Amino acid sequence: MSKKTAIKNRARLILKNGNIFEGTIFGYQTSAAGEVVFNTGMVGYPETLTDPSYKGQILVMTYPLIGNYGIPVFNINEDIPKYFESNKIQIQGLVVSEQSELFSHWNGFQSLSNWLKRYHIPGIYGIDTRRLTKILREHGTMLGKILIGDDKIDYYDPDVEDLISKVTVAKREKYGNGSTKILLIDCGCKKSILTNLLQRDVTVIKVPYNYEFDGEDFDGVVISNGPGNPAIYKQLIESTQKLLKKQVPLLGICMGHQILSLAAGTKTYKLKYGHRSQNQPVKEIDSNKCYVTSQNHSFAVDTKSLPRGWEPWFENLNDYSNEGIRHEKLPFRSVQFHPEAAPGPVDTSFIFDEFLKDLK
Amino acid sequence: MKHKKVLIIGSSALKIGEAGEFDYSGSQAIKALKEERIYTILINPNIATIQTSDYLADKVYLLPINTHYVERVIEKEKPDGIILGFGGQTALNCGLALHREGILKKHKVEVLGTQIETIENTEDRQLFCNKLSEIDVKFPRSNAVNTVEDAVQYAEEIGFPVIIRIAYALGGLGSGICRSKNEVKRIASKALSYSSQILVEEYLEGWKEIEYEVVRDKYDNCITVCNMENIDPMGIHTGESIVVAPSQTLTNNEYHKLREIAIRTIRHLGIVGECNIQYALDPKSEE
Repeated sequence: MSKKTAIKNRARLILKNGNIFEGTIFGYQTSAAGEVVFNTGMVGYPETLTDPSYKGQILVMTYPLIGNYGIPVFNINEDIPKYFESNKIQIQGLVVSEQSELFSHWNGFQSLSNWLKRYHIPGIYGIDTRRLTKILREHGTMLGKILIGDDKIDYYDPDVEDLISKVTVAKREKYGNGSTKILLIDCGCKKSILTNLLQRDVTVIKVPYNYEFDGEDFDGVVISNGPGNPAIYKQLIESTQKLLKKQVPLLGICMGHQILSLAAGTKTYKLKYGHRSQNQPVKEIDSNKCYVTSQNHSFAVDTKSLPRGWEPWFENLNDYSNEGIRHEKLPFRSVQFHPEAAPGPVDTSFIFDEFLKDLK
Repeated sequence: MKHKKVLIIGSSALKIGEAGEFDYSGSQAIKALKEERIYTILINPNIATIQTSDYLADKVYLLPINTHYVERVIEKEKPDGIILGFGGQTALNCGLALHREGILKKHKVEVLGTQIETIENTEDRQLFCNKLSEIDVKFPRSNAVNTVEDAVQYAEEIGFPVIIRIAYALGGLGSGICRSKNEVKRIASKALSYSSQILVEEYLEGWKEIEYEVVRDKYDNCITVCNMENIDPMGIHTGESIVVAPSQTLTNNEYHKLREIAIRTIRHLGIVGECNIQYALDPKSEE
């Protein structure tokens, strides 16, 4: 690389508290702003970057070498993307220590850098991600921006915005043809939630988060994961309350868990730096069984405000925050972690089986 | 607490397949027992190990690991439990012998952690393959034979190259790769001089070599501590190749498919404690 291009590619990651990190731009050459969060997963960057829950966020990968196995082919004609969690990159920007331009895998089609370029997402490498993560852990997640040269852009706070409207499906979509009908409320649904349901031979009707489902016929409802602050989605919380009143079997996942909890009458709060990794230990409270789970969330449910009739189901063994609730008698349950994994361990896929048992 | 005095079979001499990791795992086992205020006794003839240090086990016997000496120690110390799973191949073989000769029963010593039946199922390759079939885990086609003629016949059936291994030897002692009938004859007769049973296996040359370290407790909780990828592919002995943790070229699907198989396997076999599971992964598909 000549000296000239090296200077041209210089970029900075600036945190709102004043910390500045210098690095080199890769992927698409543009500046970007968002909330800076870190993920400690070691594999699964194609899945992570396409997870709609990352909408509005600049993602720091703490694993030092990203891009080793390239990016698989994305076939635009596929109904359900095979190797990704949605049909595009969802993050605002990517921060890594080292990116691998040369990749080695039978299924690798393009480099990480190329892929980012295609979706107009900037990446910055050569960053001391360890130091950066320590700052984020100490101060909590922060707003930040990736700046090229003398660019000037404002900070962007995703928590005040209706992010779900940007990632939900445009219209009702039907998948599978099993006899059991599941209504899947798409708040930015990861593909694997859909495929995990379809593997269990059901019909899934995926609908936008503000869909009027009064005329729809279904046996159970799944509320998906999604980005942002759950408390601002008043309409969704109200429609969930209607479902609770009708005693329709419900399963909430991640954002869905927070929405269900808010509908039941609890409060949510923002964690200092969230849980974003594939090795979060959770304990099922009544059986004492432990599972390793995949997680991606900023907000958590406050169980102190859990109304009578409901019980905490799982708890996180790192910080003892809530990881799931259920109703003592009625078929309502929700989990903060991702039973569909992708990326991450598949230990908790039984959550789907338990939910479907209630429908029969 | 049920057990007051526990005997640990140590790591013995270092060799391929029984390297420093067993010194480490034995030391950790001693520490864990001491945390539970259990009196620990260690047998290990290798003075050049950490686990024989004076600050670890309450009592150390620098004696060979065989049934004769272990029985003497049992008679003298009268432990109520014995741990076999932290000393590598020698400790496992010794444990099986102690069981077979009725020494454990005679002195009322209970096996803690991984049980005798599980050791038998994992050490006898035929039983091991049967167990894996029960949970749909794929493994190289393999057959246990007792004569050179049978070895040649099976090798021709599955096609060359094949690998010949000795039963009850995980480290690869006496094993060899055969690309022709003559090589099968040569290596099989040599291998049969070590053991009455040998294995003829399909040889997955050039596949990626991946390992998982899995821990399971008595209550069936499982975690994978890490996975590893050998930088050199199958065909270069693990003892000679560079291994990197974590894996460098596995996708999420591959990583977690293998992790799930590792957990399914350790649960089915009933291992309590640590185990290492090795995979061959086709570099051109998810097989």
